[in-house]
Amino acid sequence: MTISASASFSRSRWRVSGSLPGFGPSLGYTLLYLSLIVLIPLSMILLRTSELSFVEFIAKVGSPRALASLRISFGCALIAAAINMPIGLLLAWVISRYSFPGRRLVDALIDLPIALPTAVAGIALTALYARNGWLGQWLEPFGIQLAFSPAGIVIALVFVGLPFVVRTVQPVLQDIEHEQEEAAASLGATPLQTFLRVSLPSIAPALLTGFALAFARGVGEYGSVIFIAGNMPMISEITPLLIVTQLEQYDYAGATALALVMLLSSFALLLLINSLQAWLARRGRR
Amino acid sequence: MQQPRPNSSATPIPVLGLILAILGLAACTPSAPVPGQVELLNVSYDPTRALFEDINQAFAAETRSRSGIEVVINQSHGGSAKQARGVLDGLEADVVTLALGYDIDVLARGQLLSANWQERLPNNSAPYTSTVVFLVRKGNPKHILDWPDLSRAGIGVVTPNPKTSGGARWNYLAAWAYAMQQPGADEASARAFVSAIFANVSVLDSGARGSTTTFVERGIGDVLLAWESEALLAESELGDGAFDIVIPSLSILAEPVVAVVDRVSERRGTTALARAYLEFLYTPAGQEIIARHHYRPRDPLVAARHAAQFPVLNLVSIADFGGWEAAHRAHFADGGSFDRIYLK
Repeated sequence: MTISASASFSRSRWRVSGSLPGFGPSLGYTLLYLSLIVLIPLSMILLRTSELSFVEFIAKVGSPRALASLRISFGCALIAAAINMPIGLLLAWVISRYSFPGRRLVDALIDLPIALPTAVAGIALTALYARNGWLGQWLEPFGIQLAFSPAGIVIALVFVGLPFVVRTVQPVLQDIEHEQEEAAASLGATPLQTFLRVSLPSIAPALLTGFALAFARGVGEYGSVIFIAGNMPMISEITPLLIVTQLEQYDYAGATALALVMLLSSFALLLLINSLQAWLARRGRR
Repeated sequence: MQQPRPNSSATPIPVLGLILAILGLAACTPSAPVPGQVELLNVSYDPTRALFEDINQAFAAETRSRSGIEVVINQSHGGSAKQARGVLDGLEADVVTLALGYDIDVLARGQLLSANWQERLPNNSAPYTSTVVFLVRKGNPKHILDWPDLSRAGIGVVTPNPKTSGGARWNYLAAWAYAMQQPGADEASARAFVSAIFANVSVLDSGARGSTTTFVERGIGDVLLAWESEALLAESELGDGAFDIVIPSLSILAEPVVAVVDRVSERRGTTALARAYLEFLYTPAGQEIIARHHYRPRDPLVAARHAAQFPVLNLVSIADFGGWEAAHRAHFADGGSFDRIYLK
């Protein structure tokens, strides 16, 4: 695209920051790649779904089983992301604030859940938490069953989502100026006050971004979950599995209808989280 | 704002990324075929990997000695319906060997092969069969002897989900067939019976191998509904004698089917070879390999040699359900009898 009204840039929503040239071509390439890699594949979902009439669409996505699966998918992803927030913050804190032998190793280990094939993660977690597994056998006498239940889904999603929180919070933690915390301490703030009033506000936006990423990853996760979930309809069946089920019946339109609902709900939630994050960031700057 | 100048955005990192991407693409594309060698692609379902590895080796050796042609057979395995979908979407399969006729019917509807495909080879194009049996823990501690025992309270049943696993559809239909054969049975009583069995199912894996793992490795459940071939394999190899096989009073004749994909093989010029490959499955040599992999051979002589492995039992077939199209509509389509188990 060509941009002619260059004079009005600085005033309106078009803004170029920095002195490096190249706004036109880089925005052009961005739009091209975004279209090729994200927008066109996603538009196929809309196209396939449009084979259904509105009534059929509602019947498909409004069926008790589909609604239950959506509840399970989004619910478990939200819980897992919420668990990952404090754990991820703690890990990022330890890595960026302290130095100890093996720190680099821990640092590298955190990325492993991203690189590992998710099926491997699912099988490993199931082996661990099943009734006869290393951990599962100690929980069994208390009547706690983690594998093959919705709790198993949360465990798998915590595993795959953790790196996203750590990696978004870590750089911010490293950049925080220690002087502020020291100043707070010297003015008589307790460590808890220093953390809550000084450190946390500057980390919060990044923490929220990490939450959003972990959540988004969790909603779409399929490979690790199907091994540990038990996949019982209405109880532990996630929406991606229901989509695969539709495909197994050669019902492409039904599958894409469910996909569309997931897509729109995820998009709405992510938009909400991102606006919250932007609001927090603005407030933090003041 | 300045006019964009050429080269201004070419920092080393994007360029490096582009080079890496091109190298990556090059690594992903398959290598060119070797001249003087014919390749066939057999698209099959999950548990047949070992079977077709042996078949392919034997067929390649036979073809080499008979005609001097060097044939390389590539295998692709996955869930039966998923594989059919792959072929429908353009996977270049010369032959398909799938878990049930319904998945090849779909290909016929997609104009990939003729509608009468099932009549083109002997025995309904099913060169081997299997049946559904029970795998129980050693010594059968819960005394599971027949289908009604699976519906008893306190029995844990493991089976894959019939909506995602072709093999599990046979399990489901076998239970249904048993219920329908009871005196005074009707559709309502059959539904109540399979509902009672599925109330005892706590894990619904998406495929047959997943269920075997859940039962054998994870120790879930008292009985696994499995194909006889999988049960024999688990008994002899996976379980190290930790399991027994129980043969129910009635079961279903599972007929995995094979077919040449006309449109692909004609374009690639492999029709004759693909047909010979499938016919090889019916030869005594092919049938012997099939029996060794725990599938029931069609050849009576080979069957007699392996009779100890395959007890005679009462079998219904898919024809008793009016064929796959009708069975699918009644039981496995959305809102079918399986869905209604979970939606009270």
